[in-house]
Amino acid sequence: MTTRAALFIGLSLAATMVSAQEIKPGSAFLSPEMLRQQSDEARNPGFLWVEQGGELFSRRSGGAPACIACHAGPERSLKGAATRYPQVDAASGKLLNLEGRIEQCRTQRQNEPAFGYESPELLGLTAYVASFSRGLPMAVATEGAAKPYLEAGKAFYERRQGQLNLSCRQCHDGLVGEKLRGDTISHGIGTGYPAYRLEWNGVGSLHRRLRACSLGVRATQFDYGAPDYLALELYLAARAKGLPLESPGLRR
Amino acid sequence: MDPGSTCSRPGQLALVLATLLATPAGALEAYTIAGDAIPAPLGGEIGDPARGRALVLDRTRGNCLICHRVPVPDEPFQGTIGPPLAGVGARLTAGQLRLRLVDTSLLNPETVMPPYFRTEGLRDVAPQFRGLPALNAQEIEDVVAYLVSLRTP
Ligand code: HEC
Ligand code: HEC
Repeated sequence: MTTRAALFIGLSLAATMVSAQEIKPGSAFLSPEMLRQQSDEARNPGFLWVEQGGELFSRRSGGAPACIACHAGPERSLKGAATRYPQVDAASGKLLNLEGRIEQCRTQRQNEPAFGYESPELLGLTAYVASFSRGLPMAVATEGAAKPYLEAGKAFYERRQGQLNLSCRQCHDGLVGEKLRGDTISHGIGTGYPAYRLEWNGVGSLHRRLRACSLGVRATQFDYGAPDYLALELYLAARAKGLPLESPGLRR
Repeated sequence: MDPGSTCSRPGQLALVLATLLATPAGALEAYTIAGDAIPAPLGGEIGDPARGRALVLDRTRGNCLICHRVPVPDEPFQGTIGPPLAGVGARLTAGQLRLRLVDTSLLNPETVMPPYFRTEGLRDVAPQFRGLPALNAQEIEDVVAYLVSLRTP
């Protein structure tokens, strides 16, 4: 029993040390070849989505003004915008991620039907807007109205879930650098999303990645854009504060 | 019902012995813990090592290779999260292996190793898995039989 007690102390010390360790961007866990490919606009397939998003951004649809009518010179006017999402929408008090903000512009300012999560249009526009923040430090607000959302996200991150009874934290703090099958476990901060995943053969949103982790532990998959995942996204972004946004990332 | 609740503190384990009462229909087979082992086969089933090996490798069933290495050289991408399973049959008895598969959290509450024979105290389980153990009694015995056969480190 004494050995067991010693083991527990050892384990909790290890846990403290892990949580104090420095959080690294997702690219720090890529193979050198994938890292080179991610950095190279000509070879990173995610930039095809960025390009398509760029076309949509300046195209009028129906009678509505194009995005560019309100956001002229997006490489300047939207520079850094993505680093501040998710954020609380002042009017509704709801937490919005970048996809949510784009859909809000689409439905309320352009009076057009929403594109829908994971549609090529929304992925393209999100990747396009995010690309103006490539390399800039994540800077989400975590105080005031954001605080309850942040706390809900943290609680989600830390609780065991699913038939395999694992929390996000057990993998993405406790097992960073270990191999899960062929994957190297990262800090799971998601700053490369929307990202091109080889497994998807295309670009997908962060919520699509979160659904994959939920399924991995045989837990409930929440809907795209669900409040649970939004709060989680805010917590991940808060963990990533100061780290560079990397979208469009390239992932296995 | 929840074996964890009868023996959730490590100190109690050393003293042994939650005998679980016969369970209602649909519930998991009862088992008795002695020390850090479950000595008797679950439901009295007899394990088959070949079926156990298949369950260990199957990504939709045991999926043990996400975390463990096993002495099966033609399996690429074996995990490094848990201890390698080569030689585990020489290190642990069948009863000790059984308890570790059923619910390692009985020994280590912080463990990463999933409970393969437990349905209580889990949250947000995906609908298709709800109320079911990850492996049933027969399957646990099959996997135990396979692990017992891994004697060379
Ligand atoms: C059993 C281990 C495990 C659990 C539990 C888990 N993940 Fe993951 N996660 C992985 C692996 C493996 C990958 C792919 C490698 C990587 O990028 O970390 C991954 C990838 C990610 C990524 C993408 C990182 C990137 O840069 O591409 C995010 C974000 C993420 N996980 C968040 C979460 C969250 C939030 C939870 C809880 C809801 C969670 N994960 C639960 C294993 C896990
Ligand atoms: C999500 C990760 C994960 C999965 C999946 C997993 N294990 Fe484990 N396993 C572990 C960890 C971690 C330990 C160490 C236990 C501890 O320290 O609490 C462990 C311990 C063990 C042990 C004890 C080994 C020893 O030397 O003491 C056995 C036996 C074992 N696992 C077998 C299996 C089998 C068989 C499967 C699949 C049916 C499996 N595990 C699935 C992570 C996992």
